[in-house]
Amino acid sequence: MNTACPFPLIAAGSQTSLWMFLAFVAATLVITWYSARKSSGASAYFAAGRRITGWQNGLAVAGDYMSAASFLGIAGMIAMNGYDGFMYSVGFLVAYLTVLFIVAEPLRNAGKYTMADVLAYRLKPRPVRAAASLSTLTVSIFYMIAQMVGAGVLVRQLIPGVSYEVAVIGVGVLMVVYVVFGGMLATTWVQIIKAVLLMGGSILLSVLVLQRFHFNLAEFFSSLTAISSTAADGQTVTRNFLTPGLIFKNPWDQISLGMALLLGTAGLPHILIRFYTVPDAKTARASVVWAMLIIGLFYIMTTFFGFGAAALLGPDHIAANGGTNMAAPELARFLGGEIFFAFICAVAFATILAVVAGLTISASTSFAHDFFVNVIHHGREQKPGEEVRVARITAFIVGALSIVIAIVLGPSVNVAFLVGLAFAVAASANLPAMVFSLYWKRFNTAGAVTGLLVGLTSSIVLILVSPDFMKDPLFPLKNPALASVPLGFLAAWLGTVLSKEVPSGEKFTELQVRANTGLGAEKASAH
Amino acid sequence: MSSPRDDRDYTPIVGAQTDIAPLGRSGPKPEHERTADEDSDPIDWTQIADDRDFKALVRRKARLIVPATVFFIVYYFLLPISVGWFPGLMEKTVWGDVNLAYLYALSQFFMAWLLAAIYVTAAAGWDRSEHALLSKFGVSHK
Repeated sequence: MNTACPFPLIAAGSQTSLWMFLAFVAATLVITWYSARKSSGASAYFAAGRRITGWQNGLAVAGDYMSAASFLGIAGMIAMNGYDGFMYSVGFLVAYLTVLFIVAEPLRNAGKYTMADVLAYRLKPRPVRAAASLSTLTVSIFYMIAQMVGAGVLVRQLIPGVSYEVAVIGVGVLMVVYVVFGGMLATTWVQIIKAVLLMGGSILLSVLVLQRFHFNLAEFFSSLTAISSTAADGQTVTRNFLTPGLIFKNPWDQISLGMALLLGTAGLPHILIRFYTVPDAKTARASVVWAMLIIGLFYIMTTFFGFGAAALLGPDHIAANGGTNMAAPELARFLGGEIFFAFICAVAFATILAVVAGLTISASTSFAHDFFVNVIHHGREQKPGEEVRVARITAFIVGALSIVIAIVLGPSVNVAFLVGLAFAVAASANLPAMVFSLYWKRFNTAGAVTGLLVGLTSSIVLILVSPDFMKDPLFPLKNPALASVPLGFLAAWLGTVLSKEVPSGEKFTELQVRANTGLGAEKASAH
Repeated sequence: MSSPRDDRDYTPIVGAQTDIAPLGRSGPKPEHERTADEDSDPIDWTQIADDRDFKALVRRKARLIVPATVFFIVYYFLLPISVGWFPGLMEKTVWGDVNLAYLYALSQFFMAWLLAAIYVTAAAGWDRSEHALLSKFGVSHK
């Protein structure tokens, strides 16, 4: 018996919710358009030298980070399988300590804003920019796939009769076109507004869940001890959702995922680029702390709306109504009716749009100026405007690739799981190169290139032969990080010690002074 | 689609002018893209790097960052390790129906916030020594 839904639920995809959804999305876009215009004016922030403050950047970092994976994915993961889904929440937050302690300040102090900039500073620019832009592109595509899957299930649930494939293609193409031709979307303000909306929606959702339990936490948690659902063999099973191990039967799976989440964030291109929008390392530090506060509160709330969906709706109901990625919106429908459903869908959609924008921008700019201009054309544009055109084309290719892969994967893959894979690729390829170039004097070009390429290929190959993509998996773990991160570090080290190239010690000294003092990041002058 | 445009300012059409990703130009390389060779400046980096105060500053930072990093990595991985290999202990209920595993997971948030707070407090001190160091060499950020 499914005791989880005592009230009759309105059929998915009613007309009212669709119209309300469109109205909310339109309102969000209008608000962002106004604030972007008001705050940046004719000349952009950056050019005008007016920079944003720590807490604003913190909100923007949080906005970039709280993607569809966090909101839709984690909620679904917890709603379907309990405790293990909460591990994503924990990992996503603790990862910021890696960012705060190891990369944020040195990066800002040195005046660099992409990984390629840091690597090219001490090493031979062309090979490292080529390798770095390849891995940046790959990480972005992995991250994008998750957003596309999320957008597809949302739209399928909102418009009756539309298949998942059509939804992904439609929404994906619209998003990419909007990002490429639309303008203003990638500004910091979009992320700020989105972060505020997402926090608002999550708080409201959490309060409404707790209201059902008379704001009694003990009552809330005890309702989680016996959640019934139908197992694959048709039997009804009752499980305690607070028990670990309902997804990860093998403890090594937990450790591998944990490693990907902990080390991946520091290698995400769209997060790193944010530290350049603040005036100095001090503000970079403050923005990480603000982001940690906001992100932390958000992830703690996944307890309420993730477990809340399990207790109030039950896994069977969620599986039948949009699947794992729709747990949070379905919970909103149950608690607040069609209006709240439409609102939460719109917030999720705006989240996806903003993250897709950020990713497309960082992927395509990285490719256009790291690879096309700096590698192929030795740092000079052949024809004026060429770089912009290459960036546009790249954006379309990245979009198209992620749409195709999202369709192949299908709607039932949890988006938090997909993002976990993007984190694994970032941790294996980008992190070793970045850490070594900031902290290891002997590190050289060969090491950076082998580290990046080995980390990249090993993580992708291990994903393809993992249990989720193969019937007879050659690699036992769902997330490759446990093997691919050490491989990335090992390759970077081996590549360095095996090659004869000895990098200039002077450049390392200079980078050390810059990274520790911020000297030169803001056009230093002697007086 | 692309009309003739001004030669100097290629506003990124990807998302129009954005504050995070200015794109397209034919002017000089922006600062963040310069390599050490292109970055000629009057600052004597080696002299600063060899300075006692600079070395002390780097050591002071390391004295906090290294142990703090080791601590959070250990504290974090103890969660999957204890849950994976000591399920009996971690599934013990501690408060109502809430088990040790969930409480430990929740404690990670407070651990992260606490370490971040400690770091920020310490970093304010580093900023002061950094300032003193730079003025000793007669250079400044701006």
